[in-house]
Amino acid sequence: MTPRLPWTTSERTRLATAGARATVAGSLNRQPGSDVVKGRVFFALLLFAVGVAMVALAAVIIQSAIKGWPSFGTHLITDGPSTIFPEDAGFRPAIIGSLYLIGGVIILVVPIGVGAAVYLEEYADRERWWNRLIELNIQNLAAVPSIIYGILGLAFIVRGPLDLGFIALAGSLTLALLVLPTVIIAAREAIRAVPPSIREGSLALGATQWQTIRRQVLPASIPGIATGVILAISRALGEAAPLLLVGAATFVTFDPEPFSGGYSAMPVQIFNYALRPQDEFKVVAAAGVILMLVVLLAMNSFAIWLRNRYEQQW
Amino acid sequence: MATGDLAAKPRGALVAARPRYGEKLIEASLVACAVISVITTTAIVISLLTPTIGFFGEVSVGDFFSFDTWAPTHADPSFGVLNIVVGTLAVTFWSLLFAVPLGLLSAIYLSEYAKPRVRRLIKPVLEVLAGIPTVALGLFAVTFLSPEIQKILPDLVKSPPFFVLAAGLGIGLLLIPIIASISDDAMRAVPGGLREGAYGLGATKLKVSTRIVFPAAISGVVASIVLAGSRAVGETMIVLLAAGGTANATFNPGEQVLPMTAFIGKTATGDIATGTITYDTIFAVGSVLFVMTLCMNAVAIRLVRRFREVYE
Repeated sequence: MTPRLPWTTSERTRLATAGARATVAGSLNRQPGSDVVKGRVFFALLLFAVGVAMVALAAVIIQSAIKGWPSFGTHLITDGPSTIFPEDAGFRPAIIGSLYLIGGVIILVVPIGVGAAVYLEEYADRERWWNRLIELNIQNLAAVPSIIYGILGLAFIVRGPLDLGFIALAGSLTLALLVLPTVIIAAREAIRAVPPSIREGSLALGATQWQTIRRQVLPASIPGIATGVILAISRALGEAAPLLLVGAATFVTFDPEPFSGGYSAMPVQIFNYALRPQDEFKVVAAAGVILMLVVLLAMNSFAIWLRNRYEQQW
Repeated sequence: MATGDLAAKPRGALVAARPRYGEKLIEASLVACAVISVITTTAIVISLLTPTIGFFGEVSVGDFFSFDTWAPTHADPSFGVLNIVVGTLAVTFWSLLFAVPLGLLSAIYLSEYAKPRVRRLIKPVLEVLAGIPTVALGLFAVTFLSPEIQKILPDLVKSPPFFVLAAGLGIGLLLIPIIASISDDAMRAVPGGLREGAYGLGATKLKVSTRIVFPAAISGVVASIVLAGSRAVGETMIVLLAAGGTANATFNPGEQVLPMTAFIGKTATGDIATGTITYDTIFAVGSVLFVMTLCMNAVAIRLVRRFREVYE
């Protein structure tokens, strides 16, 4: 440990050095009593804060479970909504609607999101103003409130230029635009984590830029991209506000279709039950929350596991 | 890549045999993907602006930005938008009051105190908390937080079960992980040398955390709070379920308010005829909301960029 310098050979000097070191260490470790107390109080405060956050998470899950338990059963999945009988009220059309919505979001968002990320990371010249504009724009879009996307969907997709009407596809498009920035940002981070040496090696062997991206960069960044996509999908699945504006709020008792007719979605149906004044329907809403939380927690845990499992140290 | 300028043109090998149109085509389609985001922003602005201009053709700017009654759907309508702006700010204020201390303390714990093993456990749990659907938090606010607060502070609540504090706490739960996660990133970006220097001078862990790391990460910390504020301003489902429906211009935690997002969500549910004043009001309120969040986001993005540039 101690570097063997010429003058430490003498026994006396060595003792003196050790003594000096002990003195310095002692004076550094000795803290005034109030500092020790302050440190402990602060640490307790930190633990308290983290504890509240964790307990809050547990409370949301446990409270919904307890509240929704009386209404839990297969009728939640097999029955449609009811305004009169809470014991028969279920989520069947809403679940089918949500599946259509999410299917559409995946088809739309994965190619476009990854494509945009590849362009920004692999092709775009940062010095050009239009590339910086795109980047800034994506950061900004990621923080635009979801209900504004609902307004966009209402004005541009349901009515206006696209004029699709209140159908599931309109909901899909709206949700896709909402989560697109999240997917792009996550995919960019995954692509950026691939070290330049991999690209340079591939290019040096004569591969073109696209060959390098397709055979080296994208395969190496798939776990990161998948994590981002799953988190984005789970956000789209739980999002209700924009759907209120693009038609999912209608009362639907039949199985919805993707390209025609009214549709409903899981979080919107929960919201509709929660709005009813009777407590029995709030119980149904809570049961729906458990149903949705189980799916979402499974998806999020899988995404986080995926990230930790394949997080590559180059 | 062209090497043609070298004295003698090398034969074959280094020169592309044929132009690769496929490569150009792929690049063009990737550009198209990236441009969709710009189109989205443009579409948002156009879709907000057109009806808003129509709205101001019928209602004067002075009448809109006033504290007159907020009754846009009445037979004799009145459009004092500041009532619902204050409603939004009230809910945001109470949610931040709850979430900022908890979020920042959690961030300090995660970045400075937690052992790697504990950190690997807590960070995902916070991420899951951030992923809970807001409609679930809204239901939690109205069926659990609201009655519990009424039990603890029976004199506070004017019109149960809806009041500012219930919605504020519900949103606060949503904001804690946002603040904790961004602030934690910012604090971890502070170079270890600053901490070691302080320890070398005899500072305690408390002092290093609060006097060295926290100030060094302040731009990221502020960014996390501004971003959380913007999230609270734009949050819809929780306020729809828990804040009530009366447009009171008050910060009183026990009163009902009608935040802007709640107005949009309530009014736009169902088929409203295009071109009516009610339809245009949704977009006018949407514009106010969009401008507010846009300003907050711009500030946050600038601050985040600063801490990334300085230390990375």
